[in-house]
Amino acid sequence: MRESLIDLEHISKSFDGEIVLDDLNLSIKENSFVTLLGPSGCGKTTTLRIIGGFVQADSGKVIFDGKDISNLPPNKRNLNTVFQKYALFPHMSIAENIAFGLKIKNKPKAYIDDKIKYALKLVNLEGFENRNINLLSGGQQQRIAIARAIVNEPKVLLLDEPLGALDLKLRQDMQYELIRLKNELGITFIYVTHDQEEALTMSDTIVVMNQGYIQQMGTPEQIYNEPENAFVADFIGESNIIAATMVQDRLVDIFGAKFACVDEGFGNNKPVDVVIRPEDIDLVEPDKGTLVGTVTHLIFKGVHYEMEVTTQNGYEWLVHSTDMFPVGKEVGISVDPFDIQIMNKPESEDEEAVGVNE
Amino acid sequence: MIYSKIRKVLGNIYLVFILIFLYAPIATLVILSFNSSKSRNRWGGFTFDWYGELFKSATIMAAFRNTLVIAFLSALIATIIGTVAALGINNMRKLPKTAVMAVNNIPMLNADIVTGISLMLGFIAFGISLGFKTILISHITFNIPYVILSVMPKLKQTERVTYEAALDLGATPAMAFFKVVFPDIFPGVISGFLLAFTMSLDDFIITHFTKGAGINTISTLVYSEVRRGIKPSLYALSTIIFGTVLILLIVSNIAQNKIKKK
Repeated sequence: MRESLIDLEHISKSFDGEIVLDDLNLSIKENSFVTLLGPSGCGKTTTLRIIGGFVQADSGKVIFDGKDISNLPPNKRNLNTVFQKYALFPHMSIAENIAFGLKIKNKPKAYIDDKIKYALKLVNLEGFENRNINLLSGGQQQRIAIARAIVNEPKVLLLDEPLGALDLKLRQDMQYELIRLKNELGITFIYVTHDQEEALTMSDTIVVMNQGYIQQMGTPEQIYNEPENAFVADFIGESNIIAATMVQDRLVDIFGAKFACVDEGFGNNKPVDVVIRPEDIDLVEPDKGTLVGTVTHLIFKGVHYEMEVTTQNGYEWLVHSTDMFPVGKEVGISVDPFDIQIMNKPESEDEEAVGVNE
Repeated sequence: MIYSKIRKVLGNIYLVFILIFLYAPIATLVILSFNSSKSRNRWGGFTFDWYGELFKSATIMAAFRNTLVIAFLSALIATIIGTVAALGINNMRKLPKTAVMAVNNIPMLNADIVTGISLMLGFIAFGISLGFKTILISHITFNIPYVILSVMPKLKQTERVTYEAALDLGATPAMAFFKVVFPDIFPGVISGFLLAFTMSLDDFIITHFTKGAGINTISTLVYSEVRRGIKPSLYALSTIIFGTVLILLIVSNIAQNKIKKK
């Protein structure tokens, strides 16, 4: 039993002298839902296109199923892509679109017809065989694009921001749809998005990328709860990122107040970055809090209240709470030890991008 | 209320005047081609005689054949070369693409007489004797830019991603082109062909300079005949040319509308 289905080894790529990927290593397990997440220009789409064969890496290897496929053209790779802009063939009917890959492989007609029926059923568009592509909604077109890819029974499905062009409600529906598809098909999904919520909802593994480097790789819970650096913490969800000093193991100094935490091994009196999620801050009576501040902003968000609490040094803490504290009220700030995430402080901007790769 | 009515009437009168200016001469030509009298200002009764004479004349029929063969071959070859060129240009980076398209547009704006003379000089300089083949080469030359110009917009609409999708589904690059890209740009290719065909039918100046002795297309024949005095059979010939171009234009318009609706 092999460990991984796809291995990217020391992949580097630059366009016009601009480095897009720098010595990227990534291994993807069989039957997983892996999401490459990052802001635009972080190299996530390029990574996907290198796996798909549309872009050749300048150096490094793509290992698929134990074989080096770095120089194989896209049509020889046993994986299929769902493109952001659907890329359906406008002059063909839906059935012809779906049958495209099978016809090329000279499959018998009965087999193709069966497959078309099966695929349309799988994407909830039964009976759409002879409709015109151009009359479908965006969501339907994307489902056809998925159907067209999966009839070829690829081992891996590459999805390049497939929900990017859809509206919010449809996007949420399609997220569940994709999870269901993934479970029914039992194949590996590699998904590219800049939408952190999409990534958190669907993935087994999230790979956070920035400036051509992998910042952190882990389960959605790990990425959210234990971000390894300020970039990841900031990109995934809202957070308070504060420069602090690690006094000793399990004790951190934030704005002169000592907070108990659970992290060890950073050394004594070392500058660190601290991440505290807004929903992990408890607002209490001033005398019970570790720090004291005043509520300066209050917005009702539906599920919770969003507040800004300004402490004496002028820092504005973002707090989410179902309890409301009016503007001007003095409150105490208290955080449970395991809700404080300590990160090494990057010493330069370069290191900020690289540091976590090691 | 009354103003808008007046405006409408004035607008219609204006339109009628424009149409008269544009089509009265052609209508005169068509009518004269059916006039049994040789006079240009007396109606002698309706006749098909001039058309009969036209088809009996060996020189006119030879010129007619030359014109059609050259128009068809030059349009076909220019369409192939132009489409391939458009594919290449479309994949260029922005700056070279703009440069090449500018170079492509110059021959179309260039005066025909300059193109004609320079082609003639070119042929002579390289020792190519003037004749059918030089006309054909010249027509291919001036047709290519028109084909490129009508294929390019279609290529721009066709997203590169559909080509990649075809590759992704297992198609070789050639299959992906013929099954996915070509059907998409086909309307542009066809209109490029028709445009090239009409440009070739239409051409006089370039043909005149590159044809050499002993061969004529309709336009060069008409030109040499006119110098000897116009025969009414030439009205008939001109009417046929006008009719052909008109039909081609209508066909290409209908075809494009149909494709758009689809």
